[in-house]
Amino acid sequence: MRLMVFASRTQKELIRDPLNMAFGLGFPLVVLFLLSAIQANIPVSLFEISQLTPGIAVFGLSFISLFSGTLIAKDRSTSYLLRLFASPLTSTDFILGYTLPLLPMALLQTVICFIAAFFLGLAFSLNLLLALVVMIPAAILYIAIGLLAGSLLTDKQVGGICGALLTNLSAWLSGTWFDLNLVGGGFKAVAYALPFVHAVDAAKAAVAGNYADILPHLWWVMGYAVVIMVLAILAFKKKMNSD
Amino acid sequence: MTAIQTINLTKRFKDKTAVNALNLSIEEGELYALLGVNGAGKTTTIKMLSCLTAPSSGDAILLGDSVVTNPQSVKEKINVSPQETAVARNLTVRENLELIAGIYSFDKKAARTKADEMITAFSLGEVVSAKANTLSGGMQRRLSIAMALISNPKILFLDEPTLGLDVIARRELWSTINKLKGKITIILTTHYMEEAQALSDRIGIMARGELKAVGTADELMAKTGAKTFEDAFIALAADSEVGI
Repeated sequence: MRLMVFASRTQKELIRDPLNMAFGLGFPLVVLFLLSAIQANIPVSLFEISQLTPGIAVFGLSFISLFSGTLIAKDRSTSYLLRLFASPLTSTDFILGYTLPLLPMALLQTVICFIAAFFLGLAFSLNLLLALVVMIPAAILYIAIGLLAGSLLTDKQVGGICGALLTNLSAWLSGTWFDLNLVGGGFKAVAYALPFVHAVDAAKAAVAGNYADILPHLWWVMGYAVVIMVLAILAFKKKMNSD
Repeated sequence: MTAIQTINLTKRFKDKTAVNALNLSIEEGELYALLGVNGAGKTTTIKMLSCLTAPSSGDAILLGDSVVTNPQSVKEKINVSPQETAVARNLTVRENLELIAGIYSFDKKAARTKADEMITAFSLGEVVSAKANTLSGGMQRRLSIAMALISNPKILFLDEPTLGLDVIARRELWSTINKLKGKITIILTTHYMEEAQALSDRIGIMARGELKAVGTADELMAKTGAKTFEDAFIALAADSEVGI
C-alpha cells in the first residue's frame, strides 16, 4: 500500500514534467525521422528502419536515467526526502517506489518508437513483441543507472552525467549512429565491453528473428543491469542513513 | 506519562561531538522548545529523535519504543516538519496531503477526509488544486506543516516552523500550534525568542551539544536574573559557547 502510494507520486512527478516528455519521447523521434530522411536520400544499410529502430529505442531509454536520477537528486537536495525518511516508508518502499513506475514508462517509450517506425516503413511482425521483451533488461539497466546517479550526485551533476555523457555514450558506443567496424580497434573493443551495443544488437536480432543471436548479447545487458542495480541500492541505502 | 526520554543520547561525527550525553524528559501533550545558537546540537538531536540518524551511544525512548532497537515503531507515531519547506513540487495541494496520509496507512477515503480537515484548518481551500511549485513561500510552508499533521502524530517535530513567514502568517501559525497544545507532544526548534516564550510549556537550552538549562521562560529568567527572556537565553547559551 505504502509502496504503491509512493510509486504513484513518482509517476505523477515524472509525467507532469514537460521536459521529460519533450526529451523522452520527442528527441528520439526527431532523431528517428532525421536518420530515416538521410536513409531516403543516401541509402545506408545501417539506417534501414529495421536496423535503426532498435538503436533509437535504446537511445531513448537513456533519458529514463536522466528523469529518475534528477527526481531522486532533487528530492535529496530539498527536505522532502528527509520528511519521507522520517516516515514509515522502508528502504524497499523507496527503491521500488522510485523504479517501478519507470518500467512501464520505458516500455511505453519503446512502443511509441516502434509505432513511429511503422509510419517509416517498419513491417509489423510478432518479432517486434519479442523485441519489446528483449528491451526490458536494457530498461532496467538505465533505471538502475538513474537510481545510482540520483543517490550519489546533485541534480545538476545528474544533468551533466546522465543528460550529456550517458546519452552520448549510448549513441556513440551502441553502433546506432555509425558502424563500429568503421572505427574498429580499441574503440570497438570498449564498445563491446559496455552494455549499450549489446542492448541494440539483442533488439536487432529479435526484430530480424535471429533468435540464437539474442541471448549472447542479452547476458551482457543483464549482467550490467544486476551489478548497477545492486550498487544503486547500496548507494541509496547508505545515503538514507547519512543524509 | 513521559512521551520522550533520552538516556545519555550522544552523537559523534569523527572528532566532533555534536550531542553529548543528553538526558531530557518530555511529558505527553507538552510543547517543548529546544533553543540554542547555530551548531548547538538541536538539529542533530531532532534527527536522532526522529530516527533520521542513529545515535553513536545512548538511547531515546519515544512512547515506549527505542529509536535504536525499534525505529520503525517510532516512525509510526511521529511526524516531522523540516526546516525547509518539504513538498512534492508537481503534485497539487490535495495530492501532497493525501500522499502523506497514504504513506501513514490511511485508506483512500480516510486520506481524503483527513486532507479536507487539513485544507480547512490551514486555509488551503483556494489553492487546493494548484501544484505546490506554484504556491507562495508562505503557502508552501503552511502546506508543509499540514502534511506533518495529517498523520495524527502523537509526537510532532517542528524545526523552525515560522522561518521566512511574514508576521501575519507567523501569528496564524502560532494560533494553529496553540490549538494543538495538550493534544500532541510537540518539540519545537526556533531562533525566535518570542516564539519560544509565547508557545512553549518548557524550554531547553542547548550549547556545545549539551543541555545547559531547562524550565519555563519565567524560570529561566529568574535563574539568570535577566529582565527579558532573550537576555536569559544569551546568558545561558552564549556564555557556554565562549566557555565561561
